Amino acid sequence: MSLLSVRDLSVKFAMRDHSVTALKGIDFDLAKGERLGIVGESGAGKSITGFALMNLLSRPGFIDQGKILFQGKDIVHMSDAEMRTIRGNRMAMIFQDPMVTLNPVLTIGQQMVETLKAHRKLSKSDAEQIAIMKLRQVYIPSPEERLNQYPHELSGGMRQRIVIAIALLLDPELIIADEPTTALDVTIQADIMELLLELCQSSKVGLILITHDLGVVSQMTDRTLVMYAGKIIESGRTSEIINDPQHPYTQGLINALPQQTEPGRRLKQIPGNMPSLTGIPDGCAFSPRCEFATDQCRITPPEIVQYEHVAVACHEVNRLHHVTSKGLDK
Amino acid sequence: MNTNKPEKPLLDLQNVEKRFALDQGFLETIKMRGGKLIREKREVHAVNNVSLSVERGEALCVVGESGCGKSTVARLIAGLLTPSAGEIHYDGERIDNRSRHDLLPLRKKMQMIFQNPYASLNPRMTIQQALEEPVKYHTPSLTRAEVKDKVAEVMLSVGVDPSWSARYPHEFSGGQRQRIAIARALTVNPEFIIADEPISALDVSIQAQVLNLMLEAKEQRGLTYLFITHDLSVVQHFGTRVAVLYLGSVCELADTATLFENPKHPYTKALLSAVPQLKDDGPSHIRLKGEIPTPINLPLGCPFESRCAYANVRCETERPAAVQQPDGSLVACHAVEEDRLQD
Repeated sequence: MSLLSVRDLSVKFAMRDHSVTALKGIDFDLAKGERLGIVGESGAGKSITGFALMNLLSRPGFIDQGKILFQGKDIVHMSDAEMRTIRGNRMAMIFQDPMVTLNPVLTIGQQMVETLKAHRKLSKSDAEQIAIMKLRQVYIPSPEERLNQYPHELSGGMRQRIVIAIALLLDPELIIADEPTTALDVTIQADIMELLLELCQSSKVGLILITHDLGVVSQMTDRTLVMYAGKIIESGRTSEIINDPQHPYTQGLINALPQQTEPGRRLKQIPGNMPSLTGIPDGCAFSPRCEFATDQCRITPPEIVQYEHVAVACHEVNRLHHVTSKGLDK
Repeated sequence: MNTNKPEKPLLDLQNVEKRFALDQGFLETIKMRGGKLIREKREVHAVNNVSLSVERGEALCVVGESGCGKSTVARLIAGLLTPSAGEIHYDGERIDNRSRHDLLPLRKKMQMIFQNPYASLNPRMTIQQALEEPVKYHTPSLTRAEVKDKVAEVMLSVGVDPSWSARYPHEFSGGQRQRIAIARALTVNPEFIIADEPISALDVSIQAQVLNLMLEAKEQRGLTYLFITHDLSVVQHFGTRVAVLYLGSVCELADTATLFENPKHPYTKALLSAVPQLKDDGPSHIRLKGEIPTPINLPLGCPFESRCAYANVRCETERPAAVQQPDGSLVACHAVEEDRLQD
């Protein structure tokens, strides 16, 4: 049984007289200890996916249909009380900005003990011992002193490490990290990523890493989902997606990176912008920006098709495969 | 462009320093020490003894982590801040001690692009008004029709349809807004552009659009850039030379190709190794110990000493000077100077 199975998940936002679709037909599985990357630009629906998985969507957003099975149990229809036994305990989330995640008026120790006591019957001193152990695990120097410090006394990298330590407090099976290093410098980002990777590997924690940085994804994850305008458009092994992307959008994202072009030359840009949720085009959402778009693309939305290594939702990829497989038959 | 004195760099910073007072009021400066009241002024040393020059037609990139003084350098050059010490020369003339009024002719030659296009465009001005303002101000002799033509021309050159000029900034996407911000800088035909993290707030596919636009503008208008960024892959693509800043001091200055092929300063090496690469198995970066020290009490010796794996007693006590290397790069490091960086 996989740790997490998402089936045909769709999320909508209620407007005054209608609703807009933010996520549509999201399907994926995560095995125990597997690391999955979710990539896309802002507005693709990455963070909404993260929030939906934690059952944290608040009005006007709601899960319209679909299932999220965590260890076999559907969390979509769970009561708040049931959900609280899972959230923070069996699955934990790390957000982008540690200054917003941590409570500025509570010490690090108070925040960690609070989390522990909410889920387990522990004395304060036992809880503090666990907190110190976890802080040590994320390489915080002199953890005993940190317990009495407030978030503002620590640097950004240190704060994010504390957020990770809090996420790890109850030994979760799944960590969802939403752009955990976007607010940090590259050297600190490298430290934090190495730490996350080490923790996931050593204690078999599943990781869903939401990011816009393809370099981070290629270093951190086993599998990758690429999202565009609320849908998964390509998924597969990370190495396959980075080295041999199939969907024109994934290709465009990778080719747009400055590393992919000789210094001083024009970068290969993707024309246009990501559509807003209220104005998603008919057919394939990427068709207005796609150089291969045909009338079929502009009318019918492509279904996701599983090929040898990757699953892709693109008419052009289907056509190419159709041609090559025909050629092979002859 | 001024071609009769080509030997002079367009912009020259000589031993520039900037300190910010941490305690603003008189009462804040009073401290108790050993039973006595003393007056103590604490200062943030944002930029320390920075010497840089920018040649005509080049794109000098300034890189470093947050808090290293990159943006302060940009603001000092643009005249938005005055240096605490040192001199800044533009085209052979000293500019750091000028009054606001005397700086005006310079503003036409030197324009700045900021990081966040949501904050740098006035939300209550239409694009037409925002773009017209600098033209009208700097060239009051133009007629209304000429100003309009100029605005339309610049809008076209940045790929924004001139018929949208009656719209307000909120009607545009982030990438379009940044292009409009660039257009605003270009309307007065500047020769030098200071760009402070111009693409950091944008998505990957949009970053490419804006970078391409800046490259085009460089070729077509012969612009010179000072490009501030933390993204090293952009530096490699865009810059002709790179200055690496750490705690307000330049630790390495080299041609882009040289720096990326053969980084010398231990900090530059760590910084380059931390950039996540595509097609890479697992992180393999040089782990730096500790964190950036505060710029309030600067270390006596090398600013990087507390985190450097090669530091010795000399690094602790003596500040390294920038030394020219055989391949032309400038490196401020005792270990490089003494050739004890064997790895």
